[in-house]
Amino acid sequence: MSQIETFYDVMRRQGITRRSFMKYCSLTAAALGLAPSFVPKIAHAMETKPRTPVIWVHGLECTCCSESFIRSAHPLAKDVVLSMISLDYDDTLMAAAGHQAEAALQETIEKYKGNYILAVEGNPPLNEDGMFCIVGGKPFVEQLRHAAKDAKAIISWGACASYGCVQAAKPNPTRATPVHKVITDKPIIKVPGCPPIAEVMTGVITYMLTFDRLPELDRQGRPAMFYGQRIHDKCYRRPHFDAGQFVEQWDDENARKGYCLYKMGCKGPTTYNACSTVRWNEGVSFPIQSGHGCIGCSEDGFWDQGTFYDRVTDLTQFGVESNADRIGATAAGVVGAGVAAHAAISALKSAQRKSQTKNEDA
Amino acid sequence: MRDDADHGPAGARIAGDATAADLESLRKHSSVYVYEAPVRIWHWVNAACIMVLIFTGWFIGSPPPSMQIAEATHQFVFGYIRFAHFAAGQILAIGFLGRIYWAFVGNHHARQLFVLPVWSAHWWKEILFELRWYLFLEREPKKYVGHNPLAQTAMFFFMTLGLSFMIVTGFALYSEGLGQGSWMSFFFGWVLTWGGNSQIIHSLHHLGMWAIVVFMIIHIYAAIREDIMSRQSMVSTMISGTRTFKDDRRG
Repeated sequence: MSQIETFYDVMRRQGITRRSFMKYCSLTAAALGLAPSFVPKIAHAMETKPRTPVIWVHGLECTCCSESFIRSAHPLAKDVVLSMISLDYDDTLMAAAGHQAEAALQETIEKYKGNYILAVEGNPPLNEDGMFCIVGGKPFVEQLRHAAKDAKAIISWGACASYGCVQAAKPNPTRATPVHKVITDKPIIKVPGCPPIAEVMTGVITYMLTFDRLPELDRQGRPAMFYGQRIHDKCYRRPHFDAGQFVEQWDDENARKGYCLYKMGCKGPTTYNACSTVRWNEGVSFPIQSGHGCIGCSEDGFWDQGTFYDRVTDLTQFGVESNADRIGATAAGVVGAGVAAHAAISALKSAQRKSQTKNEDA
Repeated sequence: MRDDADHGPAGARIAGDATAADLESLRKHSSVYVYEAPVRIWHWVNAACIMVLIFTGWFIGSPPPSMQIAEATHQFVFGYIRFAHFAAGQILAIGFLGRIYWAFVGNHHARQLFVLPVWSAHWWKEILFELRWYLFLEREPKKYVGHNPLAQTAMFFFMTLGLSFMIVTGFALYSEGLGQGSWMSFFFGWVLTWGGNSQIIHSLHHLGMWAIVVFMIIHIYAAIREDIMSRQSMVSTMISGTRTFKDDRRG
């Protein structure tokens, strides 16, 4: 693979100075939570290692992951970020199209057998033999299986590939299925989010290039460095949560003061992501900072958790929309009424018995 | 009521889980020592914890109106509510472990909460009898030294299994705050993975609270009703540990 340029070569060719390159390495190290001693290691890896070939396939998705990815706010320009990897196939971004593109895919698979990373954006629908998503004239699930067979590892980009997202929301008519339920014999990294944060995406790839291994994953298979904590744990509005100061209505004084959005249904306490630390658009803001609660887009089945705007959410399992409090209060009410009626009958019965005994005695 | 005359020495035929020692005691006294001190202490500590957990848990799901006592730095209202919930939950969990321990070392009745004798035809017959009693189809209740089989069943499902569920889901949710890699996450974090989305675990934990409320209503009603209407003591038994019987008739 010596004919492939290293990252450093590509960067220099694109007019990036060595100074900017070193800055990039230290920022990446910081983003990955690594000690400063890792900066030379990252630089060394980038200078010497050939770029890892990446095949990026698209199933049922909205391309928001790609949109996010190309906006990565690393110190280097977005085209350089794209050049970090040798993106040999990505039907959205590549110049080639049609048969040419499919030929490129086939060529990459054969050339780098067992060495390329397969990045999957979106997921395959399995109903009707996968006919709900056709790529290159064939069901996407076939392309996915074909490309996954010789991949070194798979990255599941976004909520679609990781969990299914909106197309898998109940009743999931196309049976859209997350990647790990279709490909079971390859290491899979889930990078959920709708979309995932750009820096998280590039961070994951950089880590894999630098250390030649997958980042540490949590129980659900997400990189622990970005998904190890909840939005809530690092939220800058957390002091208002602990104080018991909440936004009660979208346009109230508390909303203006930037109080906690817990009562407005913020899903920060149940969502694992790096939004409250890395933020979005070059660290400009994130939903809570903009005054809207987190909707939990990086969580499994976030479309099926009832409204985004209630803390105690609706449970759709009961057929009608009802939340735990309404169900519980109804049950308690029915039981309470039953107990009261039972008590009344008990009292009547024993009074009746007493009078009967009296009559018998008399 | 003569149908259970098939066990125990004649003259002291008692339904339920009476042991030979109980019957011997009954021959002399009309009372039996049933609930040992650790069982009674657990009962009331558990009850107190549940009360705290229900109130604080309710507020965690539906917080009280915003309070403006001081700057957020100096105000910790919601924090204290959550602290009370977590503290009560941990006391309850330790108490529950202690109660399980006591099932092994305590007396015969201390085990009743943990094992339903579903293999015993006699036990099923008594369940049916108790159902009939609560449906006003029996004129006179039976005497029980320990729990009657219906109460035992309710306690097994709502308390033994119910509390276990609440402890496991509660600790799983608490482990989210402690973070991955903590001991609590190590032991209970799998629940979150199993649920997929911790919002689901929140909802289940919330429903569990209501199940306990329902149990409380039935439990307190039945205890008071039986204290009045049955032939034995109920409420005071959980205070003194002694079951007294109001008559010396059989069964």
